[in-house]
Amino acid sequence: MLTPLETEALLLSLRVGLAATVFSLPVALLVAWLLARCRFPGRHLLNGVVHLPLVLPPVVVGFVLLVLFGRKGVVGAWLDQTFGFTFAFNWKGAALASAVMGFPLIVRAMRLSLENVDTGLEAAARTLGSGRVRVFATITLPLMAPGILTGAILGFARSVGEFGATITFVANIPGETSTLPLALYAYTQVPGGESPAWRLCLIAIALALAALFASELVARALDRRISGRTP
Amino acid sequence: MIEFEAEQALGDFRLAARFTTPSAGITALFGRSGAGKTSIVNAFAGLLTPSRGRIKVRGDVLFDSSTGINLPPEKRRLGYVFQDGRLFPHYSVKGNLLYGARGDAAHFNQVVELLGLSALLARRPNDLSGGEKQRVAIGRALLANPRLLLMDEPLASLDAARKAEILPYIANLRDALDVPIVYVSHAMDEVIRLADTLVVVDAGSVAAVGPVEELTSRLDLRPLTGRFEAGAVLRAVLRGHDKAYGLSELAFPGGRLRVPFLDLPLGTALRLRVRARDVVLATAPPQDLSIRNAFAGRVVEIRPDEPALMDLRLDIGTRDEPVYLWARVTKRAVEDLKLKVGGPVHALVKTVALDRPSPGYAHPLGDSEVS
Repeated sequence: MLTPLETEALLLSLRVGLAATVFSLPVALLVAWLLARCRFPGRHLLNGVVHLPLVLPPVVVGFVLLVLFGRKGVVGAWLDQTFGFTFAFNWKGAALASAVMGFPLIVRAMRLSLENVDTGLEAAARTLGSGRVRVFATITLPLMAPGILTGAILGFARSVGEFGATITFVANIPGETSTLPLALYAYTQVPGGESPAWRLCLIAIALALAALFASELVARALDRRISGRTP
Repeated sequence: MIEFEAEQALGDFRLAARFTTPSAGITALFGRSGAGKTSIVNAFAGLLTPSRGRIKVRGDVLFDSSTGINLPPEKRRLGYVFQDGRLFPHYSVKGNLLYGARGDAAHFNQVVELLGLSALLARRPNDLSGGEKQRVAIGRALLANPRLLLMDEPLASLDAARKAEILPYIANLRDALDVPIVYVSHAMDEVIRLADTLVVVDAGSVAAVGPVEELTSRLDLRPLTGRFEAGAVLRAVLRGHDKAYGLSELAFPGGRLRVPFLDLPLGTALRLRVRARDVVLATAPPQDLSIRNAFAGRVVEIRPDEPALMDLRLDIGTRDEPVYLWARVTKRAVEDLKLKVGGPVHALVKTVALDRPSPGYAHPLGDSEVS
């Protein structure tokens, strides 16, 4: 049904999107916690930096990533020498670009849900003998689960759709960094690429619908769980 | 003993409270909204850290600013029943009850039984009525096996019917479990019904501490304790029934009181409030009157209230055991009868004035408290 090239682009997109989301979640949770619960100097600066990718042209983000994480970049060179690990021109770089672009969306969703968690419930849990860590694991985290899910879906969707930062940072290499949007873009640049472009377009729509549908199911289950109503 | 001392500035409000109360029975923190009752309870629980002070419960120091001791809330082992319940919405009732539970199945079953929770265990908090929620919250706090149970206006968000549903459960707790309770309230009827010791809180400090009977009869506390339905609280024991006339007779040191029939066993200890405005004064023993309850005593204190009114505190007890009554009469009556502090007086209480479920009216205190 799908050509090998289409399968490759689809699987690559999924891999990039999942990696970007999974690695973003814990960092985003920490940042959301800092922004929602802590008062410290530089809080507004942190908030601004986190939101930058939302307002900057993606090409700018890609360029900054290239400068920092490219093979000769400040961080990139160090990573290469120390761990033999590089983001340059591979799918990991695509995942990094996607993660940075989706990060503010994940943080926003998490922060919102964290701010809605009643701190009175956490206080009650502490009077019942739970330390801070157990309170977070048993009260805070479950109650903000819908926000985490929303953040994950938004981040994943952003990753799958990410174009500008990715192509600037890691170029458009088939099988390595050529995700669905990049592959589609490549087809639009060659004569006779219109019908394969359409097929990729439909695949992208199907993927988006599937993600939305899945998230809806999980969201409903979570809502039932924390609504406090007897099933 | 429970010792509390704390100072803390909270914006414009300043908490500087200090009291000691027995570590048995129910201690009521009574005062207006904003008097600082919740701050005191939060300081007990460790949810508020005083800048200075010392908190000690049954020999264990929970907080002491001079030695730097400040146990975190989870180490204090105090049960806290919040005004709004604060049940965890993502746990079932059983999950909530077990969240902080220490102790075995027998303890669990005892608490579930005591609070009538067995039918609710599988339910979720948001499917419970307000009264059921508070019962679960009380159970959850008790199952953590606390050394002290804090209750911050647990009935305030409930309507009268729900209150009436929960009050007996709380009264039962005191008798069934050896857990002292600090009970915050701004409703005098709850205090009279439940409390043994009263702590009157006003503007961040403690205005008075003592047995409920003593403080409710103190005229100087009237602005704080007696704004509505003011009256002294008496302790008495059920001594006799007069079925033919539908009356019961209560005995207190120095006298007997007839009240409408009480369907309780003889010997039951009771507490009842005699409202100040239901007490009539006379200088001679009454004759040819319909009033059956007349007590000889003397005037202990006279205090003017509103322009035309006077509050009088009377002692109608024995030489060894004073029993105080509070009467509110007009200034004119005090002058006409030439009532003076130390002078003799006869207090008359209409039986019919007690013919209503006066708060605490039929609250059995338990044999241990019969004096």
